[in-house]
Amino acid sequence: MEIKVIKDILGANDQIARKNRQLFDSNKVFVVNVMASPGAGKTSVIMETIKRLKGKTRVGVVEGDISSSLDAEAISQEDVPVVQINTGGECHLDANMTATALGDLPLKDIDLLLIENVGNLVCPAEFSLGEDIRILIASTPEGDDKPFKYPLMFHEADVVLINKIDLLPYLKFDVDAFSNTIKGINRKVKIFPVSCTTGEGIEAWVYWLLGRMGQK
Amino acid sequence: MHELAITQSMFDLVLEQAKKAGAKKVGKINLVIGEMTGVVGDCVQFYFDFISKGTLAEGAVLSFVMVPPKARCQGCDKLFELKEFDWTCPYCGGNNLQIVAGKELFVESIEVE
Repeated sequence: MEIKVIKDILGANDQIARKNRQLFDSNKVFVVNVMASPGAGKTSVIMETIKRLKGKTRVGVVEGDISSSLDAEAISQEDVPVVQINTGGECHLDANMTATALGDLPLKDIDLLLIENVGNLVCPAEFSLGEDIRILIASTPEGDDKPFKYPLMFHEADVVLINKIDLLPYLKFDVDAFSNTIKGINRKVKIFPVSCTTGEGIEAWVYWLLGRMGQK
Repeated sequence: MHELAITQSMFDLVLEQAKKAGAKKVGKINLVIGEMTGVVGDCVQFYFDFISKGTLAEGAVLSFVMVPPKARCQGCDKLFELKEFDWTCPYCGGNNLQIVAGKELFVESIEVE
């Protein structure tokens, strides 16, 4: 006997993600899912963003890593609430892991929650956490061919930060061609070239983020 | 890489549906997977065989329908299959594309006894 199912395999994750979203909304927390390959600069972007938002908005951070708490320790120096999730081998965060971490955060005292996903350009794209926006950090040394290789990630992103633009003189990375490719995959995406080393472009990203938070 | 989590979710869903139908055994699972998801069928089968041991889904055959990515050009309204390394419309050269297929990840049906 054949039984028609036609159900999304990740339906259970999406259901928990919706619950997370309700919790965020009721506490008026704007949530950003930060995704990138390892070493692209997720933690650096989060630290630079926190520095520029000091006194403007209250930030909290969830750090997702397969193991270690190195990133959480670095971020806690910025004097913001931070929770570490160790996935214990899983290559992405999912809605349930996020839900567990939320119990350790003072959501009522947070306006902006930055969730650093596990460094990976494949798996995190599939798993909603209940976020408002997804940002993808693509760094110039990774090469400008990444949108071709990981189209889903670029398709799912609301914002792409092109990080490490201070290295452009030493690399064959065509920012215009890269941006055009991303726009082809994802017309509505916002693109910000930035450098966490020199600070270039970070203001523009933070200004946009504050504006977007204001729309919620 | 994410096949373990996806296989576990798929297994939970299949078992729930099979139990609801009062089935004694799941013989076949028909899956629809968009190629953009990067899910590798062999990998899902490997995890499935492991997870399903000792359950009514043990030994079930997984059948995969892989869906190639398709897009509609917002400029000329043509529908076409996306080729690797090319995210422009083959008809008008535009790059304002809406992806209409290739992200699927669902259980179409199960065959039970």
